[in-house]
Amino acid sequence: MSDIVEKTLTALPGLFLQNQSASGPAAAKASFSSRLGGLVRGITALTSKHEEEKLIQQELSNLKATVSAPTTTLKMMKECMVRLIYCEMLGYDASFGYIHAIKLAQQGNLLEKRVGYLAVSLFLHESHELLLLLVNTVVKDLQSTNLVEVCMALTIVSQIFPREMIPAVLPLIEDKLQHSKEIIRRKAVLALYKFYLIAPNQVQHIHIKFRKALCDRDVGVMAASLHIYLRMIKENSSAYKDLTGSFVTILKQVVGGKLPVDFNYHSVPAPWLQIQLLRILGLLGKDDQRTSELMYDVLDESLRRAELNHNVTYAILFECVHTVYSIYPKSELLEKAAKCIGKFVLSPKINLKYLGLKALTYVIQQDPTLALQHQMTIIECLDHPDPIIKRETLELLYRITNAQNITVIVQKMLEYLHQSKEEYIIVNLVGKIAELAEKYAPDNAWFIQTMNAVFSVGGDVMHPDIPNNFLRLLAEGFDDETENQQLRLYAVQSYFTLLDVENVFYPQRFLQVMSWVLGEYSYLLDKETPEEVITKLYKLLRSDSISSETKAWIIAAVTKLTPQAHSSNIVERLIQEFTTSLDTCLRQHAFELKHLHENVKFMKGLLPVDKSCEDMVVDASLSFLDGFVAEELSQGAAPYKPHHQRQEEKLSQEKVLSFEPYGLSFSSSGFSGRQSPAGISLGSDISGNSTETGLKETNSLKLEGIKKLWGKEGYLPKKESKTGDETEALPVPQENIIMENVDQIITKNDQSQALTQSKEEKEKQLLASSLFVGLGSESTINLITEQPGCCLPVIEAESTKNFQYSVQMEKPFTEGNLSGFINYQVMDTHSVQLEFSVNLSLLDFIRPLKISTEDFGKLWLSFANDVKQNVKMSESQAALPSTLKALQQELRLHVVDIIGNEGLLACQLLPSIPCLLHFRVHGDMLALWFRSSCSTLPDYLLYQCQKVRAWIDPQVPVPIPCFHPGLTRAFKAECFVSVFLSSRCKKHGKSGGDLVSKDSESPGHLCIVYPKTQS
Amino acid sequence: MIKAILIFNNHGKPQLSKVYQPYSEDTQQQIIRETFHLVFKRDENVCNFLEGGLLIGGSDNKLIYRHYATLYFVFCVDSSESELGILDLIQVFVETLDKCFENVCELDLIFHVDKVHNILAEMVMGGMVLETNMNEIVTQIDAQNKLEKSEAGLAGAPARAVSAVKNMNLPEIPRNINIGDISIKVPNLPSFK
Repeated sequence: MSDIVEKTLTALPGLFLQNQSASGPAAAKASFSSRLGGLVRGITALTSKHEEEKLIQQELSNLKATVSAPTTTLKMMKECMVRLIYCEMLGYDASFGYIHAIKLAQQGNLLEKRVGYLAVSLFLHESHELLLLLVNTVVKDLQSTNLVEVCMALTIVSQIFPREMIPAVLPLIEDKLQHSKEIIRRKAVLALYKFYLIAPNQVQHIHIKFRKALCDRDVGVMAASLHIYLRMIKENSSAYKDLTGSFVTILKQVVGGKLPVDFNYHSVPAPWLQIQLLRILGLLGKDDQRTSELMYDVLDESLRRAELNHNVTYAILFECVHTVYSIYPKSELLEKAAKCIGKFVLSPKINLKYLGLKALTYVIQQDPTLALQHQMTIIECLDHPDPIIKRETLELLYRITNAQNITVIVQKMLEYLHQSKEEYIIVNLVGKIAELAEKYAPDNAWFIQTMNAVFSVGGDVMHPDIPNNFLRLLAEGFDDETENQQLRLYAVQSYFTLLDVENVFYPQRFLQVMSWVLGEYSYLLDKETPEEVITKLYKLLRSDSISSETKAWIIAAVTKLTPQAHSSNIVERLIQEFTTSLDTCLRQHAFELKHLHENVKFMKGLLPVDKSCEDMVVDASLSFLDGFVAEELSQGAAPYKPHHQRQEEKLSQEKVLSFEPYGLSFSSSGFSGRQSPAGISLGSDISGNSTETGLKETNSLKLEGIKKLWGKEGYLPKKESKTGDETEALPVPQENIIMENVDQIITKNDQSQALTQSKEEKEKQLLASSLFVGLGSESTINLITEQPGCCLPVIEAESTKNFQYSVQMEKPFTEGNLSGFINYQVMDTHSVQLEFSVNLSLLDFIRPLKISTEDFGKLWLSFANDVKQNVKMSESQAALPSTLKALQQELRLHVVDIIGNEGLLACQLLPSIPCLLHFRVHGDMLALWFRSSCSTLPDYLLYQCQKVRAWIDPQVPVPIPCFHPGLTRAFKAECFVSVFLSSRCKKHGKSGGDLVSKDSESPGHLCIVYPKTQS
Repeated sequence: MIKAILIFNNHGKPQLSKVYQPYSEDTQQQIIRETFHLVFKRDENVCNFLEGGLLIGGSDNKLIYRHYATLYFVFCVDSSESELGILDLIQVFVETLDKCFENVCELDLIFHVDKVHNILAEMVMGGMVLETNMNEIVTQIDAQNKLEKSEAGLAGAPARAVSAVKNMNLPEIPRNINIGDISIKVPNLPSFK
């Protein structure tokens, strides 16, 4: 096809030059609408925009004269309309022709009417007043016996129709749903869909007719109705669960090739229909096991049938994968879908690669191991020449960022950011970097430098929350005060040096941040005096490239620094200069500074050092003015009337009807304007949204702890098998293990790629290992043991010896494994080794925390780390008591108090890390809110809650930890693992990981080497 | 949903623009310019998808385009459309144009703007994909053309003859003859029979 176009188009220049008399089909076409042809030719020949404008204006004035002349026939009018359409498309105003377009649609014959309708739909928009004139024509045409007219009317209705006139045509269009021609029915369905979009309540009564359209004997009508269902299900999926079976049946028939061959596109049966249906199924099956079960078969069939031979089969595959990962998971399907994603990612076609990355980004939350499999491809995509691919890759990396790979990922993002110029991309990316930096920053220097990059690139286009959050973070700090001071000091130093650089222009927002920080925290500097800082700020203030808003920030900073400074030459100069400024705001600031400066002692009290987070006491009643007011009143001044009272009086005087429904609204309190020094008001602006940010953090993606919920055991087993061999190895720090595993994968790749490994590849692998660190390993155990190994005394036959060993959880984790072996020797025989292992879960270390409601309240406020989550419950489970009982039993939480539909629970992680839970039942939703002093504990507990879903959905089986009967759970009470070895133990046939003891009748002699812990 | 369909040539001159959202006239022109700017600087060997600029509506929206010789076909769609599906829809559109105009070229699009819009209207209606079968679209267009032509030819004929032609219906397209066996009818909904 493109070849043909190319061929024709190469002949174009010749055609332009030829006259109408020339032969050939294109020339014949040109002569058909010769005047348009002339216009087009004229425009093409022109070189400048200015000439084009002149020509078009001339053309438009000609047209204006023609259309308004009474002698113009409809046929000529039609031609004029086409030319008007062309001019309007080029961006010139042709509004004089609008009314004539409507007239043409009204009066013309079929051909003219069509052009009239077309012109109307291109010229007017939904709320254009002239559109009302069209309603009558539409109604007439809808009633016409001519199908073409009806079709035209339906098309225009679905394109533009005034909302308030819908009732006029609604019954007519409803009738069309029963029309004998399928094309009419189809268009009627889409017209109704349009009404649903712009005025949903007007079509509520015909939902039942939509269902009829879904069951229409014509496939086209059914397909059209899917548009409506996709929309409605997106808005409220629970209302249409009953249709799942129908959609599945339809998809089955389509996939099975039961449609007429007409519907095939490149021998794929109705691909667009399949895509639509798959999307609907994905929405219906989301978080709903029963509904999802209905569609497993057909999804499997779809995945199988979509043989890879054409672009459009990939489209279907992509939707399949999306649906499989959206609905309630089934491991078999997930496996197949994962394979499909692999095909996309590894494809040489760029479009498919892009979609593969997109799919990975989508599934990464459920299955991070999938990213590990494709890590090398992802690395390659990072350097892909196509910026869109790069961006999608960064999006993917953004989802897998954690504390270990943050520096590499942010560096990649910054690289991309420096290259891109589009505002939209910058805004988006800058926000992400700032979010990640705040969340996972490894150290102060890195954090400040990253934020500097963010501010200087993001500049004035970024979201204002970013600088605000940054300043709030600096001001409020963390728990550790020295750490806070270091961060602030680093920021001050960094800005101080930045301002030294000559001829560099920073964005206004960045300068504002700098001036605030310098104003607040310059006192932390050792060498540099406040005077030096003031000098710098003053220099900045005098530069031309600075907006007056930024100047206000700078003066505020100077004001804050003035009480700390010893000499005040520059301050005086500044005052002198700006008290005469033309900018009222700056002048006000300068005067404030001037008056404060006259009373240094007062100023010091007013602007204390490092008190930006303290609450200000504002005398809202302005009582200190009472004396003044009394004096004025006694001298005959009129008493003060509040704003609304004045307005009311004014209105009552004018005797105007009040249209306001609930009295007058008056503007916010007046005293805020009098709040004096700018520095203080700036500072108070910034603090005060702490709760908001707390929420924000929890809203954002948290990979840890969640990922194993539905994912298959992808990565952990490998590792265990490896480390399991090396029982003698010392417990390895977490990072190392992960690195090893990454290496493992890489070496596999290497073997297949033979030995030719260039240096570049090695670098890539290095990058890979730094990027994917921490993925899939968050739940490894963090147990510590002391004194590995001990010896037990000789045990007499038929006797029992207890050996207790304590295991403590250092950091919260979800699941871990404690394994080791016991060497013992039965008298006179060789020594025997018994291996054992115990699975430990977080719950084994959780104990109820018995506290009073008051203590709960105090603790609650003192904890900073919180996690919120809403959980949906089936209705039968929604009762508070049953939920409480489950929480009490399964998670060992102590019920502190129950208030209405809210409950307070508390527990502790042994030895003594408390965690509090507040939960509330409303409807079928359960809002969980954890708080703890430990940052990760709430996440893990939430995970446990989700895991113990029995109390949420009885259909989910509870994973019951399997313990060996020979191992009593002595740590039940005090978290002690105790290994009982009886000389009469039976041998247990379970492979690996069970405690095995040898049957020994004779007097035994057991030597227990030690239970060794591993991760 | 499809938000807009744009066709422009290598110089950024629009050849067809159809929007399905109430954008103002100025915004439309800006969208054309911005879209051209975005699409034009793309190399040949890159993917056919683009994130829309700020004007088109931010992160939810995408530009999907194909480049044929001197013409760019750009569809602006939101997230409810499948990228690859739209890519093939563009192909269907171009093939249909090719069939209707017999070797379509840039000139056809300019001189027969109204016809191109008609063809588009049979494929996409109010932003929704209406028909994806090329033969079906061509049949519809042909039938309409025939009717219009016959009417135009009868302009001077007696009124009775004209009305007879006017009331003549479009030919029924025999594509759903076997539909009875297929039982698309949905079993779970007995109440809607």
